Amino acid sequence: MNSLDVLAIRKDFPILNQQVNGIQLAYLDNAASSQKSVQVIDAITEYYRRDNANVHRGVHQLSQRSTDAYEASREKVRNFINAKFDKEIIFVRGATEAINLVAHSFVKPQLNPSDEILISHMEHHANIVPWQMICEQTGAQLKVIPMTLQGELDLSNLDDLLNNKTKFLSICHVSNALGTVNPIKNIITKAHAKNISVLIDGAQAVPHMTVNVQDLNCDFYVFSGHKMFAPTGIGALYGKQSLLEDMAPWQGGGDMILSVSFECTEYNEIPYKFEAGTPNISGSIGLGAAIDYINKVGIYRLSKHEQNLLVSATAKLQAIEGIKIIGEAKEKVGVLSFTLKGVHSHDIGTILDQHGIAIRTGHHCAQPVMKFFGISDAARASFAFYNTMDEVDALIQAIKKVRELFA
Amino acid sequence: MNNSHLRDLYQQMIMDHNKKPRNFRNMVDASHLAHGNNPLCGDALIVYLKLNDDVIEDVSFQGSGCAISVASASLMTEALKGKTLAKAGDIYDEVHRQMTGKGTDQHLSLGKLKVLGGVKGFPARVKCATLSWHTVHAAIDSECDVSVTTE
Repeated sequence: MNSLDVLAIRKDFPILNQQVNGIQLAYLDNAASSQKSVQVIDAITEYYRRDNANVHRGVHQLSQRSTDAYEASREKVRNFINAKFDKEIIFVRGATEAINLVAHSFVKPQLNPSDEILISHMEHHANIVPWQMICEQTGAQLKVIPMTLQGELDLSNLDDLLNNKTKFLSICHVSNALGTVNPIKNIITKAHAKNISVLIDGAQAVPHMTVNVQDLNCDFYVFSGHKMFAPTGIGALYGKQSLLEDMAPWQGGGDMILSVSFECTEYNEIPYKFEAGTPNISGSIGLGAAIDYINKVGIYRLSKHEQNLLVSATAKLQAIEGIKIIGEAKEKVGVLSFTLKGVHSHDIGTILDQHGIAIRTGHHCAQPVMKFFGISDAARASFAFYNTMDEVDALIQAIKKVRELFA
Repeated sequence: MNNSHLRDLYQQMIMDHNKKPRNFRNMVDASHLAHGNNPLCGDALIVYLKLNDDVIEDVSFQGSGCAISVASASLMTEALKGKTLAKAGDIYDEVHRQMTGKGTDQHLSLGKLKVLGGVKGFPARVKCATLSWHTVHAAIDSECDVSVTTE
């Protein structure tokens, strides 16, 4: 298999070709949000130029085109994560909304005060707070799978944590703060052995690896479009058909009904039962175009390129005195969190920005992870397939400049 | 590369106060205190005050944050110690104007505090420099422990 032609790929991402503070931009904040190809931008523009109308409503030509494009994107998502049926794919705003939907429609109605919900120590706030909210409302308890200093899940007590009080397990496929790829298939199997349903937060996984929900056998899988080269405001919830069918709707409105009277409303079938109101049609079309793009590049090739960047950046960063890398799991995606002794991450971020380099700074919406490592914040460089070795070198040079300034 | 721009922000005075913050201590007999938080950054500090009538007899702080927020807090404690509340209010207003680039009051010389004006070229960092100032303001205005955020 031939390697990735990064320079050709970069031509598809017009935003990368610009100067920031007088220097060529190096965009290394992909775990926060990724950039969009011309193919994605054009798909959205074309939709608004040619096809825009509401879906599932009109008999006219444009409405039919919109509906066809919207449903074609659903099929692309199904293929992308290898779900069994299109109707198992619900379009949502993003991973956050998907988790909240499952928390309120699937988990909360089953919860009793002595029950437990299990998450892990390395979750994004989006996979902590929704569970805390329903725990508060029901008196259930939130339990946490611990992690090791390498930034891997500590599964030694998993059999005790998955007990007869556990009603639900929700964990990330890949940690946004650490880059750790979790052994979710084993964890799902163990949870299922005790009849516990599982949600996987795949927001940081789908841009970097093949996901097969039937092979994983997870009950729910969620992700956001904007982290996988699609627009903001669109994402997907995968749920097993039988579970989705038994769940009550989350929001009420148009499109999620079969008939409405003041006495009684009959709900629509899945997936429409969960898509109240006019959906993000252009976003779904952008998501479909992003999936086409990823498939064209090839997920194997892009992940191999990102791994090369990660390995090189890790080695070069570690060689700088005062650097501590946060998250040293054996299996990682291209996420590199670090601290520099005596320098706050926001000062690193500002100085790097003056060198044209965009990274994330702060707590990464994962304050429990920061606390675990005894820090309040960290700097994070995160790679996508359009990043280059030159950008890695620019990052390293700029961090050396930070050290000089703060010496 | 915009090194001169960076040097406006990270001047020697800022770097010195970040490394060796002044009045960085707990104050057990404080008459007023307030917590300042910058939730997006994780910056958190406590400002302590001892007021004698309308004079700031002592002021100190504790906490953690970036170089800008620590240096700003340190410089603030130096500037406010011994001042009347009226004078402190004038300094607060003037520092604010300079940090947000809203002109200056020609009659008030800020001395060392002028270095804080460097943040006006970095909009995302203004809140780092203002955190301690908002916090001391809240401490003065309140009889009890209060929290402020700059988000």
